[in-house]
Amino acid sequence: MKIVLKVERFNPESDAAPYYQSYEVDAEPNERLLDALMHVKRFLDGSLGFRKSCAHGVCGSDAMRINGKDGLACKTLIKDVAQEDGDTITVQPLRYLPVQRDLIVDQDAFFKKYRSIKPYLINTTPVDQGERRQSQAERGKFDDTTNCILCASCYSACPVLGENAAFLGPAAIAQAYRFIADTRDEGFADRLPVLDAPDGVWPCQNHFKCTQSCPRSILITKRINQVKRMIEKQRDAGDTPSD
Amino acid sequence: MIHQFDTVIVGSGGAGLYAALEASERSKTAVLSKLYPIRSHTGAAQGGISAALGNVEEDKAEWHAFDTVKGGDYLVDQAAAKILTEEAIQAVYDLENRGLPFNRTPEGKIDQRRFGGHTRNFGEGPVRRACYAADRTGHMILQTLYQQCIKNEVAFFDEFQVVDLIMTDTTCNGVVAVELATGELHLFAAKAVLFATGGFGRMFKITSNAYANTGDGPAVCARKGIPLMDMEFFQFHPTGIMGLGILISEAVRGEGGILRNRDGHRFMEDYSPTLLDLAPRDIVARSMLTEVRAGKGIRGDRKIDDYLHLDATHLGKETLTTKLPDISSFCQTYLGIDPADSPIPVLPTAHYAMGGIPTDVHGRVICDGQGTIVNGLYAAGECACVSVHGANRLGTNSLLDLVVFGRRAGIHIGDYVKQIDMPQVSAADAADAQSWMARLTDGSPGPHGGRISEEMQTLMMEKVGIYRTASEMAAAVDALQALRERYQTVRVQDSGKQFNTDLLEVIELGNLLDLSLITAASALNRQESRGAHSREDFPERDDDRWLKHTLAQLAGDIVRLSDKPVDTSIWEPKPRTY
Repeated sequence: MKIVLKVERFNPESDAAPYYQSYEVDAEPNERLLDALMHVKRFLDGSLGFRKSCAHGVCGSDAMRINGKDGLACKTLIKDVAQEDGDTITVQPLRYLPVQRDLIVDQDAFFKKYRSIKPYLINTTPVDQGERRQSQAERGKFDDTTNCILCASCYSACPVLGENAAFLGPAAIAQAYRFIADTRDEGFADRLPVLDAPDGVWPCQNHFKCTQSCPRSILITKRINQVKRMIEKQRDAGDTPSD
Repeated sequence: MIHQFDTVIVGSGGAGLYAALEASERSKTAVLSKLYPIRSHTGAAQGGISAALGNVEEDKAEWHAFDTVKGGDYLVDQAAAKILTEEAIQAVYDLENRGLPFNRTPEGKIDQRRFGGHTRNFGEGPVRRACYAADRTGHMILQTLYQQCIKNEVAFFDEFQVVDLIMTDTTCNGVVAVELATGELHLFAAKAVLFATGGFGRMFKITSNAYANTGDGPAVCARKGIPLMDMEFFQFHPTGIMGLGILISEAVRGEGGILRNRDGHRFMEDYSPTLLDLAPRDIVARSMLTEVRAGKGIRGDRKIDDYLHLDATHLGKETLTTKLPDISSFCQTYLGIDPADSPIPVLPTAHYAMGGIPTDVHGRVICDGQGTIVNGLYAAGECACVSVHGANRLGTNSLLDLVVFGRRAGIHIGDYVKQIDMPQVSAADAADAQSWMARLTDGSPGPHGGRISEEMQTLMMEKVGIYRTASEMAAAVDALQALRERYQTVRVQDSGKQFNTDLLEVIELGNLLDLSLITAASALNRQESRGAHSREDFPERDDDRWLKHTLAQLAGDIVRLSDKPVDTSIWEPKPRTY
């Protein structure tokens, strides 16, 4: 079928403002949106800028806004976003991150927030021999959060970030949960100053946009709420009068 | 701009990150990556990482080493395989200790499952050796290593594409790289450079590989006159999603999945009576193509793109959900099917380069058949050839290779850089790279690389694929030389400096063309069938003439071929049956 790719373009080197450019492309309904973008790049317009790598939803390179929803171009099939011949698919860069070129955004702020929650196992107790043990149930508690590919779809989908750019954001909080819910980790206190801060977990208002946008099916909003409860529980324990 | 580091690591997949962890503790280290580090293709590895932990049944590193040697059709250097499999055990514990969330046994130990070619007691039957984290083991390794690099504050240069090595004679002094953000060339003076740039499956039309897998490290080495080793051995993974090539992990068969032809027959019974569907990948891929050619594919039209069924319907929802969730999701997304209800349409997909930059067991690059070292130059992971995979790699041994040899290279580099002075580099060292970039962007009219790329991929798939003959490969060599000539006229269409991804694509195409030519010439040269290299005109393995590694040196339009002995110090080569 014929589709029209309407792409938001911007080159800070030469453009005063972003603008839309449309490309007419032949695409099969079962093809990926990324295939259509690659067709444009290889045969119609080499100057179109976007990131891509694995092309099957595991590397997180090609997150963008597709018909107003955040997701991966390689996990979106043409038939998911265009039904009839001549339909237009609108493609824009992720929100809240500065555009570097067309669909390429500067991910520094996103990764800075990710790094701030100390996204690594914190455990200073030496391992006796071989491996640390963990039950299947313990391992299961944080399973979905280990899926995260740091694509920033959730970051762009979150309405709170539109009002408060300093908000830690869904991905970083879900990754904090990944570690503090891991029985092998001892780093809750180390992460607390970032999580239990005005721009930490508290600005989240349960819009569920992050969960809906996640291409890896992580229950992000639920994990954020679990982190909130962990913090409250810890506060309550700390507030217990010591008479 | 000129930078100075003791150690420069090119690539941020499993091998690069592990090396960076070790090297950065011992030296001033920079990691250059053309992608954001967490985007590397290590993250797409699914099924597992093998180590003889013996957590669920008896196992020994020696059995693992033997399987690796036999799986590689005796082209494996055996002392290296011994190191790989012995160090595997501590490597897996180390990953666990650093936070990797493996699946667990009921006792809370790292769980293990079966994988192709991994056996107990020298081939008696399948053994549960693959440690795994659902079907995203590579993702977890990449995440864990990146997390550790954050913890250790490793310095990253994100989106830097390396285009040249700085060398004097047989000493490496650094690299030249293009910064995507600015389009500027940067020189990195370094006492040691490690290439960990991954594979180059993008030379084939149907591949499991990422767009980024364009063999940048091996291509740069080849253009510097360093011969590449065993490039004729390219693995086709048996189970790629029909048409797309997206990987469906061997773990599906490890958990009990069965390949069936159009009659519903479990055809691997006819080819590998002991290991059945868990025979090594080269054997399964050939068996599938034989079925297709006999009209036993699902369509039955004998065409090369006919497919077979991977049946996982009997595994149950529970197994699919807890052990193969990503596979289930790929099937839903790209095929609209649930593997619990319907068989998965699959066909072989270009997957893994056994060959690459020749190294010793410390990752040091070797530049001839006598083992001469290139001072200060290292390689690890898929871009390197130690060789622990020989003519055919076993499933799960690639993740193991990254971790074991990435770590060994990082440690060796840490010691090496203490003994030497910082090399002097100057702007003149970027002259070759500069003139290449200048030609590509001079604004003169010229074709875009898209068509050349398409032709190369089709050519390699059809003429240098699973089954090969002299006439087809000779035609491929000629056609590739013509494509390399046409490449000289290609021009970048994007006239911008910043984030010019068009320039990167054209550089990558140049790399793939060079490696395709070396692959085709090496394949044409080897007149026998061994592992993944199957000649219809020479169907038998010929140890008398060909029990040796190929060294292929690029010299302008031609490829000079020589060889290097194989280490068979432990096991005598035997016929390979399963």
